[in-house]
Amino acid sequence: MPQASPFPLRVSIALVSAAALGYELLLMRWFSMIQWHHFAFMIISLALLGFGVSGTVLSLFSGWLERHFSVVMIANLLLFAGSSVGALALAQRVPFNAEELLWNWRQSLYLLRVYLLLMCPFFFAANSIGLSFLRYRKGISGIYAADLAGAGFGSFGMVILLFYIFPETAVLVVSLTGVLAAAASWWALNRESSAWLIASIGCGCLLYFFPQAWIHPVYSPYKGLSQALRIPGNRIVFESSSPLGRISILESQITPIRHAPGVSLNASGEIPEQIGVYIDADSLSVINRIDEPRKQDWLDQATSALPFHFRHFDRVLIPGAGTGGEVLRALYHQSGHIDAVELNPAIIGLLEDRFAGFSGDLYHRDNVTIHVADARGFAEGQAAEYDLIQLGLLDSMGSSAGLQALGENYLYTVEALKTFLGRLTPQGVLALSLWTKIPPRDTLKMFATAVQALKDRRVPFPGRQLILIRGWQTSTLIVKNGMITGPEITRTLEFCKDRSFDPVYFPGIHPEQTNRYNKVREDYFFLGSHALLSEHSSAFQRDYKFNIEAARDDKPYFFDFFKWRSLPEIISSLGSGGISLLESGYLILMLTLVQAILASMVLILLPLRVAKKRSGDTPMHKVLAYFFPLGVAFMFLEIALIQKFILFLHHPLYAITATLSTILICAGMGSRWAQRFDSPESRFGAVRYSTAAILSLGLAFALGLNSLLVELVNLSQPVKFLIAALLLAPPGFFMGIPFPLGLSAVAARVPAMVPWAWGINGCASVISAILATLVAIQFGFTLLMFFSLLLYAVAALCFPRFSDIKNVPRGA
Amino acid sequence: MIQEIEQDVRETSQYLDREVLSEAVLEALRKVPRHRFVPEDQLEWAYENRPLPIGYGQTISQPYIVAIMTDLLKLRPGQRVLEIGTGSGYQAAILAEIVDRVFTIEIVEALADGARERIRNLGYEHIQTRKGDGYFGWESEAPFDAIVVTAAASHIPPPLVKQLKAGGRMIIPVGSRFMVQQLLLVQKDSEGLVTTRQILPVRFVPLTGSH
Repeated sequence: MPQASPFPLRVSIALVSAAALGYELLLMRWFSMIQWHHFAFMIISLALLGFGVSGTVLSLFSGWLERHFSVVMIANLLLFAGSSVGALALAQRVPFNAEELLWNWRQSLYLLRVYLLLMCPFFFAANSIGLSFLRYRKGISGIYAADLAGAGFGSFGMVILLFYIFPETAVLVVSLTGVLAAAASWWALNRESSAWLIASIGCGCLLYFFPQAWIHPVYSPYKGLSQALRIPGNRIVFESSSPLGRISILESQITPIRHAPGVSLNASGEIPEQIGVYIDADSLSVINRIDEPRKQDWLDQATSALPFHFRHFDRVLIPGAGTGGEVLRALYHQSGHIDAVELNPAIIGLLEDRFAGFSGDLYHRDNVTIHVADARGFAEGQAAEYDLIQLGLLDSMGSSAGLQALGENYLYTVEALKTFLGRLTPQGVLALSLWTKIPPRDTLKMFATAVQALKDRRVPFPGRQLILIRGWQTSTLIVKNGMITGPEITRTLEFCKDRSFDPVYFPGIHPEQTNRYNKVREDYFFLGSHALLSEHSSAFQRDYKFNIEAARDDKPYFFDFFKWRSLPEIISSLGSGGISLLESGYLILMLTLVQAILASMVLILLPLRVAKKRSGDTPMHKVLAYFFPLGVAFMFLEIALIQKFILFLHHPLYAITATLSTILICAGMGSRWAQRFDSPESRFGAVRYSTAAILSLGLAFALGLNSLLVELVNLSQPVKFLIAALLLAPPGFFMGIPFPLGLSAVAARVPAMVPWAWGINGCASVISAILATLVAIQFGFTLLMFFSLLLYAVAALCFPRFSDIKNVPRGA
Repeated sequence: MIQEIEQDVRETSQYLDREVLSEAVLEALRKVPRHRFVPEDQLEWAYENRPLPIGYGQTISQPYIVAIMTDLLKLRPGQRVLEIGTGSGYQAAILAEIVDRVFTIEIVEALADGARERIRNLGYEHIQTRKGDGYFGWESEAPFDAIVVTAAASHIPPPLVKQLKAGGRMIIPVGSRFMVQQLLLVQKDSEGLVTTRQILPVRFVPLTGSH
């Protein structure tokens, strides 16, 4: 007989839900370390289909599982605890190499093995939640509330945890939380038998003795750190970890590290002793042993040294200062005061403490002030007082493979450049350096973004404020807050000649002044920069085979260069070197989506066939028509809201944590509140009203939130967190109502469909998380929000009232 | 494999300044037994036009890329070539089929040992191998007519530029182990002026229409 769920069971649900969401975040971190971020996204997305598999299994065996509820529940929680550690230990040892996917079919099998392994913990967690829905059909809102609240605390808790412990310890915490969930279930369901308590305690003890070596990250052999460690005498001397990345410090005792990207071929100066700093086992940057920056002539041999040849700068801002390469360059050129901004406090800590002496107290100098902040946010809060804003190279050459394509970047947008330009003194200079790719992509896209920023600032002749140069490896774009002068052009030409760099653009440039030292067959750098300044700019961008349209805050994907119409040509030339043209980030996302859709179709359709055989024509389309759009809408709105708060909270991590935890916890409250409407007469009305509230709030956010947040951007960080929570709480609250009421409606009339609806929700969440990124890249986040509202409306219209159904037999 | 490479080269001939690969490069590709340079578990793909893993996070390059890189060096018998990053030794063997002396340096011990043995077993007596850091080149044997830098470098070591003869060529593949994005050809003219050419190893015109 269905009954309300006991409180300890809801505690158990909250614990396993917290552990599962924490585990998801942990896996993203883990696979970003051992593989690359976008493959991590693909792997974790597919692993989350464990929720969909659970729905299918529960649908197929609901009768037996419900009869053995107590045992199955506790067993699933213990299996979650065990598999969260075991699956990870095994999955990271699968010799999957993402780069070989296009060459070697075996890699697909390896990938499948990783998916299947990592699906296990999510499958067991979802089983315990779905089974509880089935067992306590009158208490669905309470269980869902516990599920959401647990997930909210889990996301928040894991981010906090990762600041203090390494991921390999965090995975044990996840597992232990699973054991605690099992113990809570034992208390709720099976107190008379001590066997399960003993099993839980046993699992907990096993975790204590679990060999750490089994869950130490196993990095891909193709990552920079793995390769560096093969060189005799190289060793890791220090590691730290946070949600921002795992930092590994590499010291070399035999073969010096010599990292000086973009340095001219004419440079002859010695590079000083260096210590390697790897983030997530890749993205090498270095700490230089410097006593006197003025003696380091190599610092003047990169394209980014150009602005210093215009004049002396009294105040310099260096966003993304990292280990101090650009700070050193500014010191070499005897700049006045330098404000260096770095997001990751662990990196600053290295230069302020452990390697302060080695770096010549770089970050302790009187004329250097270091700020732990997001560069964009920092700039928003500053006055117009900088003579130079210098943005160095953002990442290693890894970006060239298009793997950054899916990462939002709020430094390289029209709005960001406008902010930086607004912080310059009259005649001040903004300098942006990028890796050079052939055919040009980043360089031209940055040029287009700068031209648009100047146009937005109502500059009548943007071309008179721009200079672009390129070397064999890097290019630097100068955007001046004033007209480029004759002497500045002369110095640019001298600078380039001395270093064998090529001017690409300056006011009045002639074709014969370009493409002399670093020759390309067709100079699309020169051609493109001129076209982008002409009236043919739109036509050029349309006809160019890469996406070089200016990036904006609403579509902050600077590194997405993919165009569908170029794909057939690129695919046809894969064997003959065309692989370099493949902007793989976007394709990986598409591949992930296709896999998720195919797997979801199987998971959703399989129970449908079996159920039809068992119980005749049940109104399954009604269940699907409600739960699928609802699942997609929830995720779309969540992701769109996260994006809205990134710029306000000045950090993606803060925005994700604040948004996710607020929405999930408030949705849990909403779900709990929805219990009072859990009757056949009230459910539809409550769903209609809550949907109306979501639509109203969503519309208000889509149209007015940005303007409101701009007004509040200069408040202190804790106040801004509070404001974010207050703003997000109402939509979160209402977002928690439609799902449990829909599920209750199903439970009341077609109980066998409850797990199926749960599975649909799982599949929809996975598909929508991937689809949301694709929608954002193609159409922007504002449209993503509108799509989510449309789907909420569709779901509300399809609410499963089953008015035409009298009695539907139980499925199993 | 050879026919496939020839076909691809015809399509990208604009970069090579000729319609076909030089006969010497083609002959070298035909002669060098690639299967002797790949690990056992990769043997079935030894003659396919694709990069293969050789362990230690390294690869044996795609034959098409090896062919283009070698051709771009415009090698002749009697010349001396330096290679930084021996890897499996395949590129060194291809070079040794064309020139008189090849000097190759590998920093990863296991790879260096394996390549040395392989090269010896195949009878390439005019390839000299060395274990160690390639940054300073091989000064005692300098200058070189050509240099191949297959090991990743964030910048081009000045000693290598110095050890390149006037009129010499240096080739550097840029990108990851499995995805060469472009080839950097460094040329030193008779007066010692150094220029580069950035070469996309594929026929691709990035623009449609007329601009």
